[in-house]
Amino acid sequence: MSAPLVDVRNLVKHYPGERAWLGLGRPRRVVRAVDGVSFAITPGQTLGLVGESGCGKSTVGRTILRLQEPTAGQVVIDGREVFTLGARELRALRRRMQIVFQDPYSSLNPRMTVRQTLREPLAIHRLAAGAGADAKVAALLEEVGLDSRLARSYPHELSGGQRQRVGIARALSVEPAFLVCDEPVSALDVSVQAQVLNLLMDLQQQRRLTYLFIAHDLAVVKHIAEQVAVMYLGKIVELAPAAELYLAPRHPYTRSLLSAVPVPDPAAQKQRIVLTGDVPSPASPPPGCPFHPRCPHPKKNQRCRTEVPALRAVVPGQLAACHFAEEPM
Amino acid sequence: MKEPLLRVRDLKTYFVTERGRGTARAVDGVSFDLYPGETLGIVGESGCGKTVTSLSILRLIPEPPGHIRPGSFIEFEGRNLLTLSPPELRAVRGNRIAMIFQEPMTSLNPVFTVGDQIAEAAIVHQRLSRRAARARALEMLRLVGIPDPEARLDDYPHQLSGGICQRVMIAMALVCHPQVLIADEPTTALDVTIQAQILELLERLQAELGMAIMLITHDLGIVAGSADRVVVMYAGQVVETAPTPELFTRAQHPYTEGLMASVPRLDRPPAARLHSIPGNVPAATDWPSGCRFHPRCPYAWDKCRAEEPPLLETGGAGHTARCWLVAEPQRRMRRS
Repeated sequence: MSAPLVDVRNLVKHYPGERAWLGLGRPRRVVRAVDGVSFAITPGQTLGLVGESGCGKSTVGRTILRLQEPTAGQVVIDGREVFTLGARELRALRRRMQIVFQDPYSSLNPRMTVRQTLREPLAIHRLAAGAGADAKVAALLEEVGLDSRLARSYPHELSGGQRQRVGIARALSVEPAFLVCDEPVSALDVSVQAQVLNLLMDLQQQRRLTYLFIAHDLAVVKHIAEQVAVMYLGKIVELAPAAELYLAPRHPYTRSLLSAVPVPDPAAQKQRIVLTGDVPSPASPPPGCPFHPRCPHPKKNQRCRTEVPALRAVVPGQLAACHFAEEPM
Repeated sequence: MKEPLLRVRDLKTYFVTERGRGTARAVDGVSFDLYPGETLGIVGESGCGKTVTSLSILRLIPEPPGHIRPGSFIEFEGRNLLTLSPPELRAVRGNRIAMIFQEPMTSLNPVFTVGDQIAEAAIVHQRLSRRAARARALEMLRLVGIPDPEARLDDYPHQLSGGICQRVMIAMALVCHPQVLIADEPTTALDVTIQAQILELLERLQAELGMAIMLITHDLGIVAGSADRVVVMYAGQVVETAPTPELFTRAQHPYTEGLMASVPRLDRPPAARLHSIPGNVPAATDWPSGCRFHPRCPYAWDKCRAEEPPLLETGGAGHTARCWLVAEPQRRMRRS
């Protein structure tokens, strides 16, 4: 097995609570958006990062690219430590790491044509200019399956699927090795979603890309990822190869999440575990195991309410943060 | 078979586009029935006309730019909803037919408490006193399973989570015990564990109160789990309708087939590639000639480009599909 391209160790991102009363009152509680997250991604592979809204999965994606400054932790991408780089070095590393955003409606500049949008990164990184840049734009459009005549269009003239292809082309324009895909298909209709997922998988093959694929849809992640990490309240609660995680989930949250996904087969009468209550606020996470107030595990006891479970190997290669991960549910 | 509760016939809802340059035929000749106590799933992708259909039933289409064409017909309790006077319509809306929307956070009024918003319908339609209506609102919050309902009664929507807001919306909709509940993507904005809670709640309330539910969704998984019958829409038309088990085992329309094949599945090993439907949904101002799906259809032949197919009986009970393949099934073989 080759060395990881992306290595994240103990990543922490806290947002300071703002002060009430125009900044004069007592500071509010710190929001622990990401609270000690570690994972590694092998070159050419995809790690799926899943969880519900507010679990911190997007913050992880943005922080490792330093689109947001981390509170603590270490990230090594392509052999370089991301958090210690100066502005110039960081800009150079940005060529190697890019992001595709969820909403293709708001992540493209409405005043720029597709051609301008795609030429901008080429100019910033001095990769091509003039006719060379136009040839590059045409090649990129072809690679993501768009007609080169669309180069003159503005984003509002494109469909959602076309816009997301432009977003992907923009990310690829600087020839990165690592791509953070932050919910890249969740704003799209299923038939278009399938097109874009196929495209991302083809590009990964052709360019040997490494993906951090952030999504809330477990079925989509099953399709694209080799490894899956499940987040809850800023922490990874389970991390395993996709095959194992979907076949035999170990954390009660993963089990509940998988059972809650509606399956398009009326004959599949599966046992749905319906969790009670809402996700607690990351500003005041519960003591002990963050999942304990909603946990349906029959063995749940006092220990869960007081002692934070460590993320540990339950079987080789499959990590779960639960005191009772070995017990059947 | 029971008499339908709601009968939609040849519904056409058109919109005049910006600067009057064209007409968007958002809903273009839709017909279906809703039976008492059943859950009817209406599925389709964005722009297929499913939401405009539901808004037309309650006449919530803004006019202009929209208008429901003469000849459209929506029968409910022996009357055509499209010809009711405003006071008659008000007696139906929120009372006999209620609706819940996709975005619970934006569908509630931010400046009134939850209790006041639920009580309003009871005051207007059932002429309850304020005190009685407040008691009724509390009863409704209990019914939809909101924890600590007494305290929630005086909360404002911004103090509540998305899942609780959707429960409040459901409580508001059901306060007058409607015969029909139209649920337009009721769980799309919610997380999957909260979605499971809301779907289970709707199931339980339907069993307790006996209303018919029109469940509008883009999610075939939700349809499979919750609907008794399904109407599939594409390009402003009904393209297939069938009882749920029949649709999922013997889909006839290539669009339905394509839609089912493009969903990534949790219950199957991942395939190397997902099936995808080529191209995009056409614009409502310019539907293709003949069968509206023909530019994206793998089976299309000359007839499909020239002649629009009607909804044809497929042979299965209550199963119709708008596709010439139903009449010429050998063409399906020839391709595969």
